[in-house]
Amino acid sequence: MATLNTEPNIADADAFYEALIEMHRDLTPEQSAAANAALILLLANQVGDLEVLRQAMAKARATVAAD
Amino acid sequence: MGAAMADPDYQSLTFPYARSPDQDAAVPARHPVVVVGAGPVGLAAAVDLARQGVRVLLLDEDERLSAGSRAICFAKRTLEIFDRLGCGDRMVAKGVGWKTGKVFFRDAPVYAFDLLPESGHERPAFINLQQYYVEGYLLDRARELPDLEIRWRNRVSGIAPDADGVTLTVTTPEGDYRLRADWVVAADGARSGVRALMGLESRGRVFRDRFLIADVRMSAPFPAERRFWFDPPFHPGQSVLLHRQPDDVWRIDFQLGWDADPEEERKPERVIPRIRALLGEGVDFTLLWVSVYTFACLRMERFRHGRVLFAGDAAHGVSPFGARGANSGIQDAENLAWKLALVLKGKAPERLLDSYDAERVPAADENILNSTRSTDFITPKSEVSRTFRDAVLRLARDCAFARRLVNSGRLSVPATLRDSPLNTPDEEPFAGAMVPGAPVADAPVGVGGRPSWFLRHIGDAFVLLHFLGPDDPPPEALRVLAAESDVPLRPLVVAPAGSGPAAPPGIAAVEDTEGLLAARLDARPGTTYLLRPDQHVCARWRRLDPPRVRAALARATGHA
Repeated sequence: MATLNTEPNIADADAFYEALIEMHRDLTPEQSAAANAALILLLANQVGDLEVLRQAMAKARATVAAD
Repeated sequence: MGAAMADPDYQSLTFPYARSPDQDAAVPARHPVVVVGAGPVGLAAAVDLARQGVRVLLLDEDERLSAGSRAICFAKRTLEIFDRLGCGDRMVAKGVGWKTGKVFFRDAPVYAFDLLPESGHERPAFINLQQYYVEGYLLDRARELPDLEIRWRNRVSGIAPDADGVTLTVTTPEGDYRLRADWVVAADGARSGVRALMGLESRGRVFRDRFLIADVRMSAPFPAERRFWFDPPFHPGQSVLLHRQPDDVWRIDFQLGWDADPEEERKPERVIPRIRALLGEGVDFTLLWVSVYTFACLRMERFRHGRVLFAGDAAHGVSPFGARGANSGIQDAENLAWKLALVLKGKAPERLLDSYDAERVPAADENILNSTRSTDFITPKSEVSRTFRDAVLRLARDCAFARRLVNSGRLSVPATLRDSPLNTPDEEPFAGAMVPGAPVADAPVGVGGRPSWFLRHIGDAFVLLHFLGPDDPPPEALRVLAAESDVPLRPLVVAPAGSGPAAPPGIAAVEDTEGLLAARLDARPGTTYLLRPDQHVCARWRRLDPPRVRAALARATGHA
């Protein structure tokens, strides 16, 4: 069974982070939310494995909610 | 039924109450089966039972058929069931066949889908037909059957089940009377009176949303396809669904939101501007029927309660997206009818009826799951849910993966009864979808040199389907198995294309003219399928082996 990779996997982490913030340049908060949603959908399709996606969703939720 | 004969206006017909001798009987008259509710599900159950030689009494509290189009989308499998009941041709001749759906987001098309991408099936993916026609045609069929009696304005007002029957109190315009039934089929709808009288509940999730439905008559330039709009300019923030029906009648569903006032929204002065916004100025239309509805996804914990069996909306409710209400109810009726008929004739033990529960409860759960997911996509209940929904719709224009996420209703397909206790698990490898529990696929066949359809030649009895090689004679074992079987078992051989079926007397044969039957069933010479009276697969083998056939038949009739 595939497992969510939480070890470093992006060669140029700083460049990725910069691009992520740049994606939102000049967007309203509403547009940013919409772009984030589209990005999540695109990346989820790239990952493909529902089990890995569930682990990522659980991890993401755990960063803000204790359940 | 000549094509020239015009249909009556089924919506306006009234069926008079008539006093029955049962009302003057000294002791309650006994009936093998009482079906409660003359909607599509109750009518289908009653017709199916009566066709199988069971005397049926159908009670309805009202004196009319459905008003308004209501359940308009009838799926391929339902049409195949209607064919078996003997009224499919009329439904299909009248209905508007369609298989294309188009989805729009705001002012632009997002994508189109095809529900029946392969040919070689007699029936279309769907027809649209007003519920009053479906009920009317089923009723006309019911009236041809001598074993079927209908009593209008007969409301079940009391029910007392015991070990060997059920005592019903029936309220009529002339007072109450009592009946004894061996079995009761409760098909009396979402607000089932029988369910309430028995202190039972259907539980689940109620959706806080309201929809306006309108039937309008007009000559409109739209093709026969399902159109679904998310957040269109003419009805901002909500969804709209458009279907074409016979008689130039169009059905429009407008999502209104939870805060809408149902009484206000029903008024023509509110409805007409909404329709005009959709159609544009200059399109003449007549408003025929309006309703405002809410919905819930509910089901009873069990559908069999001793001698009372619940079917259709009485047993389970779904949201309307996906046309899974009436279609699943008709499948309930079909699932129940052959089992009840065998039990009543003493050919199967009562526990066969437990399989109605074991098969139709998971089917209801599948329908509830699908329609709940559709509802959550169509009517997002939180800001983030709407954000994702809209992101999917925006991506769907040029990303194929996102089109798979668009959910305007996952349209009804029959449940595969995969975990049914009546199935015999495969012992040999088979490819394809015709696993034990699946409704068997249709295919074009030849019979006596003439083109026909496979499903027209099976059903009502168990069928032992055996595929022949080019010059094989039908095995004698087919006839022996059929002759010795206590339950009706018909052998049917399939000859390959071109070889011409040369079956001996007593064995029916079809020719697999295009090879599609063998392809869809992954069949080779020798492959043998055991099909149930409801056309579902219950066992299959690579060769005909009488002991295994006997064992599978025993299992499929609740004997094992």
